[in-house]
Order: sequence, then C-alpha cells, then structure tokens
Amino acid sequence: MNAPLAYEYTGASSDAPVYELSNVSKTYARNSVVALENVDLTLRYGSFTSIIGSSGCGKSTLLKIMAGLIPPTRGRVVLQDKPVTGPRRDIGMMFQQATLFPWKTAVENIVLPIEIRDGKAAAKKAMEKAHDLLDMVGLKGFESVYPNELSGGMAQRASICRMLITEPAVLLLDEPFSALDELSRDMMNMELQRICREQDATAFLVTHSIQEAVILSDEIVVMKPRPGRIAEIVKVDLPRPRTLDLMTTPRFGEIVDHIRSMLDKGEGM
Amino acid sequence: MTDAPINQQLETEAADDTVWVQEVAFIDAIPRWIAMTFVFVVFIGTWDVVTRLELVSPIILPTPWETFDDMIFVGSNLLSGGYMLRALWITIQEVIYGFALAIAIGFSLGVLVGETVFGEKAVMPYLVAIDTMPKVAFAPLFVAWLGFGIESKVSLAAFIATFPIVVGTAAGLHSADENARMLFKTMGASRMQTLIKMKLPTGLPQIFTGLKIGAVGVMAGAITGEFLGGGKGFGELIRVAASQLNTPRVFSLILYLSLVGLALYLIVQWTQRKVVFWQKESVGAHDH
Repeated sequence: MNAPLAYEYTGASSDAPVYELSNVSKTYARNSVVALENVDLTLRYGSFTSIIGSSGCGKSTLLKIMAGLIPPTRGRVVLQDKPVTGPRRDIGMMFQQATLFPWKTAVENIVLPIEIRDGKAAAKKAMEKAHDLLDMVGLKGFESVYPNELSGGMAQRASICRMLITEPAVLLLDEPFSALDELSRDMMNMELQRICREQDATAFLVTHSIQEAVILSDEIVVMKPRPGRIAEIVKVDLPRPRTLDLMTTPRFGEIVDHIRSMLDKGEGM
Repeated sequence: MTDAPINQQLETEAADDTVWVQEVAFIDAIPRWIAMTFVFVVFIGTWDVVTRLELVSPIILPTPWETFDDMIFVGSNLLSGGYMLRALWITIQEVIYGFALAIAIGFSLGVLVGETVFGEKAVMPYLVAIDTMPKVAFAPLFVAWLGFGIESKVSLAAFIATFPIVVGTAAGLHSADENARMLFKTMGASRMQTLIKMKLPTGLPQIFTGLKIGAVGVMAGAITGEFLGGGKGFGELIRVAASQLNTPRVFSLILYLSLVGLALYLIVQWTQRKVVFWQKESVGAHDH
C-alpha cells in the first residue's frame, strides 16, 4: 500500500476557484458512446492541474469542452463565474504541435489571437507586449524570424507566448511538449513551471507521461476509460519550485507508482 | 598502461585505412552544362545524319540547318515587328485573357468546392465529370458559339486551364491541419477569417501547383482553338505553313511558341517564389 496521499497542502497561490466543472457528461449522439460521465473538477487560481489516463478515457473530450469547442451533453462549465458557451478570450490553448504559421514572423504569430479578435490595429499595439513575452521565454532577438528557422523547442516557446498574449485566465495545454525529444521536453517543462509562476497562471495539462504530470502539478486527475470518468484526484505534495532532481526522491517515486497502479487498474476493466 | 601508445598507433593506422571516397559514376560527375551541350550535340548530330542519308523524306523532316535558317528568318520578322509578331501578339492576348479568366473562375469554384459542403457535394461531381471529358473536343462548339475571333480561343484556353486551378484550390483549402483549425476556433475566428488568414495561405503551394498546370493547358487551348477556329494568331501561321509542307517553318514557329509557354510558366513560378516565400522545397516542375 502506498503512503496516504490525501493531506492538507495548498500548492495553489489562492483558493479562489477559476474554472469549475460540475457533473459534466458527454455522449456522442452518432454512436451513443459515453465519452465522459459525471466529471466534477475545480481549478483553483494559480494552481497546476494535470489530467492523465489511457486513450479513450475522454481527456481530449474534456479539454475540448473546457476550451469551449464542443458543448457538454449535461453539466455546468463555468469559467470566472460565467458559463462557457463557446471559445473565449480568457481561455488560452496550446497543442502538441506549435502550429505557427510560416508566412508570419514569430511576433506576428504571437499577436495573431489579438488580430483575429480586435483587428490589425490592436495587433500592432500588442507587438510590444509580444516582444516582452518573447523575452520572457528566452527568445529575445527572434521577433522577426520566420517559424521555419525555429527549432521545435523554440517554436513551442513562441506558441506559449501566443497563448499568453490575451492574458487568459486558464491555460489549457494539450500534450504541449510530447513532440519534442526527452531532453528538450524536461527543459521546457521547467520553463513552463517558471512561466506559470511568473504569470500566476492557472494551468490544465493533458499528458501521457506520469513523471511529467507529477513534476509539474499540484493536482493530478487520473481518468478511467469507458465511460470516461475520474478515478482519483491525486495531490502532489512535492515542494516548489520543483527541479528535475526531485525525480530521484522517494516521494516522487511513490506518487508515480501510485498513479501507475491506478492506471493499470483502469486498463483491466 | 603500456598498451596505451599501441592503441593510439592502431587508431591512427585504422583512421588511415578507413579513409574511403564514395565513388561517383563518371556519367553523374559530368558538369551540367557539358552534359546538356553533349545531349544537344548528339540530338542535332543524329538529326543531321538522318536527313543527310535521306532516311526520311526532306519534305517530312528538314535538315537542322534549314530549320536554323528559318528560325533566323522568323526571329528577324518578330524583332522587326512584321506580320508574325502581330500573329504572336494575338496568341499572347488569347493566352493572357484565357489564363486570367481561368484563374478567376477556377479560384472561385475552388473556394466553393473546397470551403462549402454544398460545393463539395453538389458541384464537385459535375466538375469531375466534365474534367474527364477530352476538353479539346469542345473547340468546335466554342467556335460555333463565339465565332472565329479571339473569343472562342480565349474560352477554350480558359476552359482547359480552369480545372487544375479548381482542384489545386480545393485541395489547398483542405490541406490545413486539425491543430490549425482548432487553434482558429479557440481564437474565436469567424469562417471568413479562418478562410483568409489560415486556409488560403496554407493552401497556396497547392494553388500554385494548379496554376502551373493551368499555365501549360492555357497555351494548348489557345493553339488548338486557332487550329480549329482559324483567326489570325500564331497557330494559324503554323497551320498554313504545315499545309504548304513548309516543315522548317513549322519547326521554328513551334520553337518560338514554346518560348511563350515557357515564359508564362516561369512568371507563375517566379510569383510563387515571391508569394509563398516560406515554401523552401523544390518549386520546380509540378511539385507533389
């Protein structure tokens, strides 16, 4: 048996809920598959939450619902006290691929969300902020470089800036670094931690890697498949700021083992 | 400890031994310009021998030297603004108008087919059906409808060049990946914004591929139209020369005509390089 993982720990900078999902279910009408069943989830201000589960556990469905891309069949989805009924400016999203557009320079890519929502003039005004963000992610001097000339990690850094430019209340991260090699991935995860802390960001990460989830998160939502539902919410009581060295500590190993055994149970069903 | 120097020595020996040069076949090592000249000389030489030995009747195949003489004659007529230049200008106009028309229609239809479900379901099947027809066979119809003037040639040229542009545009609009679509959705982009700011620029390489195939087709369309519908263009000069069995003239006219087609193709390619500056792969030929 693992050591009890429930304990009093407030990794979050505050307890104010930012994103609340209650009793959210999603049934795809076409083949009447229940993708999500009764999901309750609260993201608190400044917290980092990861979601992990085998494929088919409904995590991408959940993410799409949270991004306002698809409506839930049942349940309440509330971000900053307003129900989510579609894509919103206060939701930032990042994908596995950087998805930078090759005809735009780095800085033009970053202000694209502003350009789409407020037009070209507003985008121009946001340029300065985009420069600051590039500076923050360590891409100073790459403002007018085209994405073709950026490495995978650099492109993902730029896409972090694009996500942050609208100052979203919540960051939805869909396996953002899984296309990178392991070394860059570890480095980018540490960068992500730093950026989230600097921005006081509330983040929600979809991942396949238990280690990645544990090193980054305050809370890990473990999902079970068919129908997709929450198996357990694991609190991570590792001290912050986290470093890669933490990965060798016994506590880290315990939490990883615990989550792995949860996931294995899920597989057996 | 004592084998350290020996190891070192072995390593240097091995390094000497393992230096090997990848062999390049002699024929692949010839510089391009020499290779091209060589092929040209062989071609002309064979041509010369065949005509010298009268393996083929001189009426059917002129000697290369007769052809060169005629090329100089035609060239000087073109440069001095003679009747051949006027004919060429007519053909060039047909090509330009035909291409412009094909771009306008092809692009619009391509957006309709590539962007709307209606277009894909209701319009595309008809386009595919028409595209499989031998379009040159429509030439007499265009002549009957539009007469012997430039209009019938422009129409046939546009008719032939439209389809690759439709297909290229539709394929281009479909080429945006799932992430890019999702990203635009999360940014709250309207359909029009998604089309203009994402799908069209993403599809530009395919659109230009369609334009390049169209540029080749538009030339064929204009000349076919002139063969079948008369008029005063360059095709008519070729037809008349052929009917007089003036084969050197036919050859030299075709060569000058091909320069026009080449110029059009190169203009499209140059535009592609300027517009789709991020496309680094070979922009030559019909890129797949």
